[in-house]
Amino acid sequence: MSTRWLWIAAIVLVAVAIPWCFYDVAHHRHSGFMISMLSQMGLMVILALSYNMLLGQAGLFSLCHATFFGIGGYAMVHFLNAAGDGSLPLPMEVMPLLAGLSGLGLAIVFGYMATKQRATAFAMITLGISELMATAALMFHHFFGGEGGVTTNRMIDQSLFGLNYASGIQVYYLILAWTLLATAGMYYLTLTPLGRMANATRDNFERAQFMGYDPRVVRFLQFSLSGLFAGIGGGLYAITYEIVTFDALASPLSANALLMAYIGGTTVFGGPVLGAVLITLLQSGVSLLSNSWLVYVGVLFIAMVIFAPAGLSGMIRAHEPIRQAGRLKRLTVPYLRLVIPGLALVLGFVGLVELMSFLTIGAAQGKRLVLFGHAIDVHAALPWTVSIGALLIGGTWLRFEAAHFHRVWESLTADRREQA
Amino acid sequence: MTAAVSLRDVHKSFGATQIIRGVNLEIAPGERHCIIGPNGAGKTTLFNLISGRFPITSGEIALNGARIDQLPPHRINRLGLSRSFQITSIFHRLSVFENLRCALLWSRGYRYSFWSPLWRQKALNEHADFLLHDLNLATRRDIPAGLLSYAEQRALEIGMTIAGGASVILLDEPTAGMSNTETDHAMALIRRVTQGKTLLMVEHDMKVVFDLADTITVLVYGQVIVSGPPAEVRANRAVQEAYLGALEG
Repeated sequence: MSTRWLWIAAIVLVAVAIPWCFYDVAHHRHSGFMISMLSQMGLMVILALSYNMLLGQAGLFSLCHATFFGIGGYAMVHFLNAAGDGSLPLPMEVMPLLAGLSGLGLAIVFGYMATKQRATAFAMITLGISELMATAALMFHHFFGGEGGVTTNRMIDQSLFGLNYASGIQVYYLILAWTLLATAGMYYLTLTPLGRMANATRDNFERAQFMGYDPRVVRFLQFSLSGLFAGIGGGLYAITYEIVTFDALASPLSANALLMAYIGGTTVFGGPVLGAVLITLLQSGVSLLSNSWLVYVGVLFIAMVIFAPAGLSGMIRAHEPIRQAGRLKRLTVPYLRLVIPGLALVLGFVGLVELMSFLTIGAAQGKRLVLFGHAIDVHAALPWTVSIGALLIGGTWLRFEAAHFHRVWESLTADRREQA
Repeated sequence: MTAAVSLRDVHKSFGATQIIRGVNLEIAPGERHCIIGPNGAGKTTLFNLISGRFPITSGEIALNGARIDQLPPHRINRLGLSRSFQITSIFHRLSVFENLRCALLWSRGYRYSFWSPLWRQKALNEHADFLLHDLNLATRRDIPAGLLSYAEQRALEIGMTIAGGASVILLDEPTAGMSNTETDHAMALIRRVTQGKTLLMVEHDMKVVFDLADTITVLVYGQVIVSGPPAEVRANRAVQEAYLGALEG
């Protein structure tokens, strides 16, 4: 228990301190890129965690989660505008709660419809809701502003702490505070009767029924509460960007929520945090370097689904029994042996994707592929041969090493399984 | 006295196929009642009708005098009827302790609470731990229920069925697939935990049935051919022909 609190304290400390690690002392300003990336991470952490209240905790495969994030965003724009007019005298710090309540309200309406069903039928209904909202966003201009979205100004000069939120760093700390609050709230829910019965109905809804619980009510409450938290995330999104468009509630963002939760791992509470951080890093970092960053996210997702359905956090947790047995060291060499073929495989694949990308899109944009200061001719045979070679050799070699790794892993966990 | 469970002319059809064809049954409070019959006689279907898993086609089912045949399973459970399943039905990914605690929640009034933290509910947790010991599963407390052995899962299933304190317990073949020793253990457990409750049980093991039951009902092709004390059922010619004959001959 105490180590857990240490971990949490460490994570919070890092989150508080990290903007200052990139502080530009010469010009007395923060790195705009870092601040916006970190802010985005906070938003995505809330989105992914609230999505996992459905997918991981209740076994509900929702395809409309961005709806509640988006409605929180749109509502927030209108709240901020009202505050700007002086008709909503509320401090900025509590406004995200209003956005959350907007998300809750809509989730109650749609949840009432969707949670009548479970499994595939539930997924279908949520898909319909997502499309419905996307259409509504383009049709009802008064609220959604059509294609251009709605804009606002976050400097409403209403604050508990006398802040004006002109600078990104202030907004970042507001996001951080709300992310921590929302995370704590969502974690608390997992410790309550509702949270536990959500797990129970996920595992076996029929049994829950014969214990006095109406699985539909469990699904409905869980769905509504997840809408509350998604709405808070959307509200913070509106504060950050001061504009909310169609993108904030359309299905690509719902898919992103799924991606982050799944890659991070749905079986551990903190898993989606890991996924949100990783995907945001890829989105912000790799998208600067490569046109094809979405290809990498997609391939990562497919690889996770096939090889590690428990996600990153699940992979980490699988080491726990080995660590308890004091045998973690015996995995060092097998892991190191995976590195070289693994790198070859990845580099070969990235090489091929980039070559293809520069051959087509890059050429159209007039870009040239530059590696270590050398321009690479994408029409020459050599880079293609090297990439294909690395891909094939790395792949074949990795299969052998993976088999070896698997044997070591089995031998380390075998006696444990016999005990169980 | 009002019957704990009463069925009046209950019919059930799946499409054109009649599975239950006019069953009448009265089960007195505190009675240990076993239902036997050949495969396909409709024993499990009858359980599914009583517990509300399937709607009945026609007839009436009452629990302690109140109609329940139009109610969903969770409402029937809240009125004091609990059941187990022939195929083990537990929460595989939750720990053994959590399984039992979940089974206690509704009857202890927690409903859908999302404000009371479970770790602070001392009486609830103590009760779950008490059941854990009672079921001989204390050493398995924190492992996922899906990793228990078959017999342990069956014991957990029985524990979850009785946890909520229901007065009427339906057990669907609780000893199916068990060895003789395991069956003896399971029966001792069932006797102990259903003390003072009304027990309705489907069972194939005749030794178990004649040992335990106050009343035996024989169901053949969706109809009751006889219902009475074990001695009477054993002596019944129709039963011997239809069912027991092969066993004793």
